[in-house]
Amino acid sequence: MIMSNTSKYTVIPLLVNGQSHDVMVRSADTLLHTLREQIGLTGAKHACGNGDCGACTVLVDGKPMHSCLMLAVEAVSEEITTIEGLKHSEMRQAFVEQWAIQCGYCTPGFILNCHALVKEHPDADDEKIEEWLQSNLCRCTGYYEIKQAVKFVLEMNKKNG
Amino acid sequence: MIPFNFDYFKPDSTEEAIKTYTSEWKLGKKVVYFTGGTEVITFSRGGKMTADAVIDLKGIPDCTVLEMVGEKLIIGAAITLNQLIESDVFPLLSETARRIADHTSRNKITIGGNLMSKLNYKECILPLLVAEAVVVIVGPKGMEELPAEKLASGILEEGTFLTQIKVPVSNLNLPYTSLKRTRTTKVGYPIVSLAALIKEDRIRVAFSGLDEYPFRSAVVEATLNDRTLSDEQRISKAIAKLPTSISDDFLASKGFRKFTLGILLTEMNTVLEGQP
Repeated sequence: MIMSNTSKYTVIPLLVNGQSHDVMVRSADTLLHTLREQIGLTGAKHACGNGDCGACTVLVDGKPMHSCLMLAVEAVSEEITTIEGLKHSEMRQAFVEQWAIQCGYCTPGFILNCHALVKEHPDADDEKIEEWLQSNLCRCTGYYEIKQAVKFVLEMNKKNG
Repeated sequence: MIPFNFDYFKPDSTEEAIKTYTSEWKLGKKVVYFTGGTEVITFSRGGKMTADAVIDLKGIPDCTVLEMVGEKLIIGAAITLNQLIESDVFPLLSETARRIADHTSRNKITIGGNLMSKLNYKECILPLLVAEAVVVIVGPKGMEELPAEKLASGILEEGTFLTQIKVPVSNLNLPYTSLKRTRTTKVGYPIVSLAALIKEDRIRVAFSGLDEYPFRSAVVEATLNDRTLSDEQRISKAIAKLPTSISDDFLASKGFRKFTLGILLTEMNTVLEGQP
């Protein structure tokens, strides 16, 4: 049985972007807090803190997850990917080329969610894209360009086989 | 940030979970069970709940199964809504789950968490009510199987938790519809949500959002199945016979809920009675 207690900080191993980190956490610390404050990966943004906006999205075993709704202790043995782990991804490049960025605060969360979408659904249609994009809010309302970036990557992947 | 500390346990078996609960409870601690944990985390952050100990049930094999055993579909309480949707083993449940929260949240929200929610909507219970599912509860007194409706309004006994849901295979692939209206956006709590299926030429329907708890009503179903009446008559009489008062709150007025219910019942009839 895994245990983490309150009387002291507990050291847990987290696998983030392919690197193992031993971090000291409270049981009540969220994955978002731990990534930002313990590991220094600030790409996942704190915003609503309530799972409503998607700015804190990371991938956990390839699945998009609101890191504000996950305890760090739950993430032991999981493979976590943050935006820092997608530096050279096609989705990141598509966001640049399709001008899918305005203020940029929501961008890491969107890129991670969209990256997972095209990996899981290489034939995603408009309905599927919209269903996934409902998980993230863009305060600048740049949804059209974001959707275009997703479609751009889907098309490119199809062309490249 | 969650403004208080708690002990976190992730047991490997139901026995270990109960033992942990009992020992922590005897120390005077407030103990909560946790599967997806989205509600525990958001409520804790918002000051709506506290806990001294959290028992995460995701490590218990009984809570993570999704399989057919004999004439029953067994769904572990820690199965996420997206796992249910992707497996599509119970299409009415998949369709209902697809309208709960957003896609990313559904990677974390579990069916057990939805059914044991402190919020009143518990939309995953609607397909279970019409499919006559049973739920498996484990606690210090042992294991018990209960009809799913016991979870609609019920609070489980101290120390007990939901491990599994069992759905008769014969009710998994009947003609169905799942309908929901929210205040504005696609993602949101229901003004009215219903799940319905037809079995042996009779409509079965369960509702959420109308009142304090989800429900299924024999009187309402008898009226909706009275083929001597026109569609309009069936629906207006069914609404008049609701066994509950309709809520009037920030999401919708009583009048608007009633109006919306009428529309959804009309859509339900169109879908179900148009199916072979």
